[in-house]
Amino acid sequence: MSANTAWASVPADSTVTTHAPADADIWSLLFVFVLSSFIGLGVIRRVSRLLHTPLMSITNAISAIAVIGSIIVTGGDFPPGIRAMGAVALFASMTNIVSGFLITNRMLKMFKSEDKRGEGGHA
Amino acid sequence: MTPAIQQLAYIIATALFIFALHWMNTPATARKGVYAGVAGMAIAILVTWAQPGVVYHGWIVVALIAGTLVGIPLANVPLTAVPQRTALSHAFGGLAAGLVGTAKYYLWFSEGPENLTTFRMVAIILEILLGFLTFTGSLMAAGKLQEVKWIPQRPVTYPGQNFINLGLFAVALGIGVALTLHPTASWAPMLFPVVIGLSLLFGVLLIIPIGGADMPTVIAILNAYAGLSAVAMGFVLDNKLLITAGALDGSSGLILAIIMCKAMNRSFSNVLFGAFGQVQQLKAGGEQKVYKPETFEGAAQVLEQASLVVIIPGYGMAVAQAQHKVRELYDQLKKRGITVKFAIHPVAGRMPGHMNVLLAEADIPYTDLVEMDEINPDMPQCDVALVVGANDVVNPAARSDKSSPIFGMPIIDADRARTVFAIKRSKNPGFAGIDNDLYFSDRTWMLFGDAKAVIGELVKQLSGGSGMH
Repeated sequence: MSANTAWASVPADSTVTTHAPADADIWSLLFVFVLSSFIGLGVIRRVSRLLHTPLMSITNAISAIAVIGSIIVTGGDFPPGIRAMGAVALFASMTNIVSGFLITNRMLKMFKSEDKRGEGGHA
Repeated sequence: MTPAIQQLAYIIATALFIFALHWMNTPATARKGVYAGVAGMAIAILVTWAQPGVVYHGWIVVALIAGTLVGIPLANVPLTAVPQRTALSHAFGGLAAGLVGTAKYYLWFSEGPENLTTFRMVAIILEILLGFLTFTGSLMAAGKLQEVKWIPQRPVTYPGQNFINLGLFAVALGIGVALTLHPTASWAPMLFPVVIGLSLLFGVLLIIPIGGADMPTVIAILNAYAGLSAVAMGFVLDNKLLITAGALDGSSGLILAIIMCKAMNRSFSNVLFGAFGQVQQLKAGGEQKVYKPETFEGAAQVLEQASLVVIIPGYGMAVAQAQHKVRELYDQLKKRGITVKFAIHPVAGRMPGHMNVLLAEADIPYTDLVEMDEINPDMPQCDVALVVGANDVVNPAARSDKSSPIFGMPIIDADRARTVFAIKRSKNPGFAGIDNDLYFSDRTWMLFGDAKAVIGELVKQLSGGSGMH
């Protein structure tokens, strides 16, 4: 845990150490949560209804952001049992990232307007 | 990698995710959205991996490769299987959140109990509750959609179901509160798995009473849960990127769920408590009504005379894989200068937007896919409404019959078209066991058979009869 000293000046980031200051900046976290929820509501409301299925698969991929928590747990200087749980979580998240983005792209390729029909021919 | 660079990279990743969703507002820019999303995710992974706290790399590499190897085939499933793939990925998302929460709890319990503050404990409990119930709930949903043999397709209900479900949830929550108040007690590590077990069980029980027609709403809710569990992980790990990305996903699931609820005339709280799968049993019997069958020749002739044809697809089209035949019919009609539109009900199919994707796959331009609210004013001018495997979404009882379980649900006004052709696999009532008066209207003629075969016959009639081959 020698790297911890370099991080001591950044109390907001406890992710790399098991001995972070106990009082996280709760209010700024909640602030971020509320604001990003409102941004999400505003942006998603405008998504075309045509694309609700691709929307769901791209948000699947984006919510696999759990990948970063998984990396921190898998790669940290922790007991093997803890890291094993992280590795399974990392596997699950990576599966969602890869399949989520690929299938979104695959579906979106199929949406063509009248004049673009016939281009990019798939069977 | 200094903390400042890391935070900056996380801000950029958040911005890219917001752009990714923003560009989904029209099909023209949507693919740009995918690239933005991929870029954001790549930045997030690399920056996190490069931080000094990450010292072991072997398992990370193995897990990333294994995830990629499993993810690629999952991205290439047939489009009719997209609902179950989506449910499966919610399950993976829930599992990841649950496992990270569990790992963090045991790590801090043994190596840094001062980290287990009340705030973090609340976040951990929420994370594992949401994560693990999303895991089993989504697995059940995926199983039902895939029609796995040992998972009952029909809603399973029993007396006191809601009482048992809510009771179970209350017990899990109660233990969660106890753990939050005494996270470092000697009994805490023993009770923690009980919360996990109850969440897993609760996820199963939540989905058991749900039938296929309610799946679009349930998938949307599980989507929101998966996002919220990522948010909880962000609270546990003090990580703002987890919070922003999870909140985007959560609000997406929430909005989709609200749209689905409105489209089925169900209240949101009703859905949240999982009580909505219970289909009221209808009075059986009643007078025997008579279907008026039509021949393919007759139907083809009427179609040829039309100037506006509205095709209303439903889950039956997906089951029969009829979308490509529908495209052939579309081409035949277009060739004659007939206007052809597709009327899409928000809950047609098994997930939000299901029909649009299938029709896009069949190379039908999205400009001809019209939402319910936009098409309904045009329905009286419509010469032929062709119902392909849709049932409840065109049932006029939703407008008129107060005793009907679907009363109040907005529908596509197929019954206002001059002529209705309804393709139906059998003479049995539809999924919910609700009689559909549309089929007995004096403007309606029935075409019995598998949707793909029936449309194939219509295409054959049109291409033969036109003398252009």
